[in-house]
Amino acid sequence: MSESEEPEEQEMEGSRRRFIRLAVVGVGAAGITTLFSSKLIEAVGFSRGDVRAAAPARRQWVMLIDLKKCDGCRKCTEACNTEHFVPPGQEWITVYEVQDEFGFRYFLPRPCMHCENAPCLKVCPVGATFRREDGVVLVDHRRCIGCRYCMAACPYDVRAFNWSEPPHTPEELAHTYRPEAPWPHRMGVVEKCMFCAHRAEEGELPACVRGCPMDAIYFGDLREDAVSNGREVLRLSETLRRDHGFRLKEELGTEPRVWYLPARRD
Amino acid sequence: MEPDVSASDAEILEPLRRTTWRFYVLLAGLAAVVGWGVYAYSWQLREGLSVTGLTDRVSWGVYISNFVFFIGISHAGTLISAILRVTRAEWRRPITRMAESITVMAIVVGAGFPLIDLGRPDRLMNVFFYGRLESAILWDFISIFTYLTGSLLYLLLPLIPDLAVVRRSVALGRFRSFLYTRLGGRWTGSAVQKRSLEKSIGLMAVIIIPVAISVHTVVSWIFGMTLRVGWHSAIFGVYFVGGAIFSGIATILIAMAVFRRVYHLEKYITPLHFRNLGALLLVLDLVMIYFTLSEYLTATYGAETRDVAWVRILSTGPYAILFWGMLLGGLVLPAFLLVFRRGIAGIVVAAILVDVAMWMERFLIVVPTMMTPQMAFTWNLYTPTWIEWSITAAAIAGFALLYALFSKLFPIVSIWEIQEQPAPAAEPAATEQEAVA
Repeated sequence: MSESEEPEEQEMEGSRRRFIRLAVVGVGAAGITTLFSSKLIEAVGFSRGDVRAAAPARRQWVMLIDLKKCDGCRKCTEACNTEHFVPPGQEWITVYEVQDEFGFRYFLPRPCMHCENAPCLKVCPVGATFRREDGVVLVDHRRCIGCRYCMAACPYDVRAFNWSEPPHTPEELAHTYRPEAPWPHRMGVVEKCMFCAHRAEEGELPACVRGCPMDAIYFGDLREDAVSNGREVLRLSETLRRDHGFRLKEELGTEPRVWYLPARRD
Repeated sequence: MEPDVSASDAEILEPLRRTTWRFYVLLAGLAAVVGWGVYAYSWQLREGLSVTGLTDRVSWGVYISNFVFFIGISHAGTLISAILRVTRAEWRRPITRMAESITVMAIVVGAGFPLIDLGRPDRLMNVFFYGRLESAILWDFISIFTYLTGSLLYLLLPLIPDLAVVRRSVALGRFRSFLYTRLGGRWTGSAVQKRSLEKSIGLMAVIIIPVAISVHTVVSWIFGMTLRVGWHSAIFGVYFVGGAIFSGIATILIAMAVFRRVYHLEKYITPLHFRNLGALLLVLDLVMIYFTLSEYLTATYGAETRDVAWVRILSTGPYAILFWGMLLGGLVLPAFLLVFRRGIAGIVVAAILVDVAMWMERFLIVVPTMMTPQMAFTWNLYTPTWIEWSITAAAIAGFALLYALFSKLFPIVSIWEIQEQPAPAAEPAATEQEAVA
């Protein structure tokens, strides 16, 4: 290194210091902003929760399905499809036929489990899937980017995707979209059972409950400890204990809000 | 001051001076394939993802496999230039540029696939407006953008002195003259500049290694964080990083063979480079065999119902041929080739096998897990459509196209780095003949 290059060296040293200081401040500010952006946004009022927390937190909606009563007629699916104009090829409540280890065959209707610890909700990159305070897990189709990570994450195969533009009816199109009553349907987003949140607002039972001729599906409030199929009201905790109620894939820790009563019991 | 380009480096600059008609034919061919892919994608944009073979049960397929594959390939640059630089493996010098440019191009092509896979690409900006750090997709966005930025810097820094060489020795048109001046016009080759360049490259080499590891780990976590059989496994991070470096080395070997032949770089890229990288490929091959064994033995020995269902689909399902092909043709056979056929031809064949097998491995990670039933008790089937294959072909062609163009704009061998190489790593002529034979 020659003498003449000394000043250049010092100057570079100084500008480098300035640069590093600037970089540290910049990165720090960016980091802090990112960390607190959600809080900031909420504080300013552009709440990321927006309409989402509007549901009454007094309620905690749950479902109970009595497999002993289910005869696999799939009227629940039909009622659901009609109620929500569900696009063809989708089922928001699917009825599986199951055979147990003794060869006994029974039917298993599966709506969305509205998990308390929902795997789909965790993975959503944009918060399109959210959980209301009453425990209902909804999808905001205006925000969903269609990455389908939630579909990969759901252990119950609940979610369906609009692979193409769904066919529309004038009645469906006349409705104003909101996550609690998610139609008109649109291409490129993920759909699923929404526990008939729009009917609960009116004090109505879900479409599948009303559509079940066997009265096998019950809907109600965990806080009240009561569920009803429209004909009778059961005390949930007592029924679950007496009839050995269970949930699907309990071992995963998803804490579903849908309970089942076994198909074979006394 | 800057040493003049000796006549001996003329071969490196030759592709920048002259372009044969064959090159234009190649460009046209690659561009046609890319154009076909764009046409296929426009079809998909109009009709929705229904034009793919994807269904509600197998909702990720070829696009996501391509994403994992190309991001994996991108680890070529990191390994060659960063790890070998940090460990002062001097033989690396002639191949650093090739490796670093693979990294940048593979990230660009790979990062495109999650976007092609989106149901609503028009809402991509929601990731910035509403991004949730809880989602592994956000981790991916962040790490891939960091990696791309770092790799671009890491490609650009060692280019700067070469740009000065090119400006002095090649007659340039206005575009290239503008480009080179913007990218490295202030390079004089003074001792101060050289020292800060060396420092910056050294620093970037250290920074880029953890960034690269994080990228493929996070890609694996997209799968690993779910509760699905075949994905929910702690080996996924290292398995993906291992596979990434493995396929990265294979890709750089193929690139070396092509450039050596087409641009007559035999003097720079010698059998030594093939042998050294071949040895690294063998090491990674053994590592991958070890990981694969660990993964499947752990899954099958305990014989949990879900694990058994998944392994059965892999080994006897519709993609069993890929599974066995990947294991035998892509892991075992290359190992034999690398041990017993140590000439350039044998090593390059092994590299091609490895790259094909690693694509299959990515596909086998994504698809059979989604085929494994979670609720119903039948396999969910998936057959990719011509749209998916066209876009895949376009991606490969696009990668080659970017690479070909890059080699016409910049010296594909780093001139100043080989000039500064301390000891000549030249091979005796006899070895070369033996290796070729």
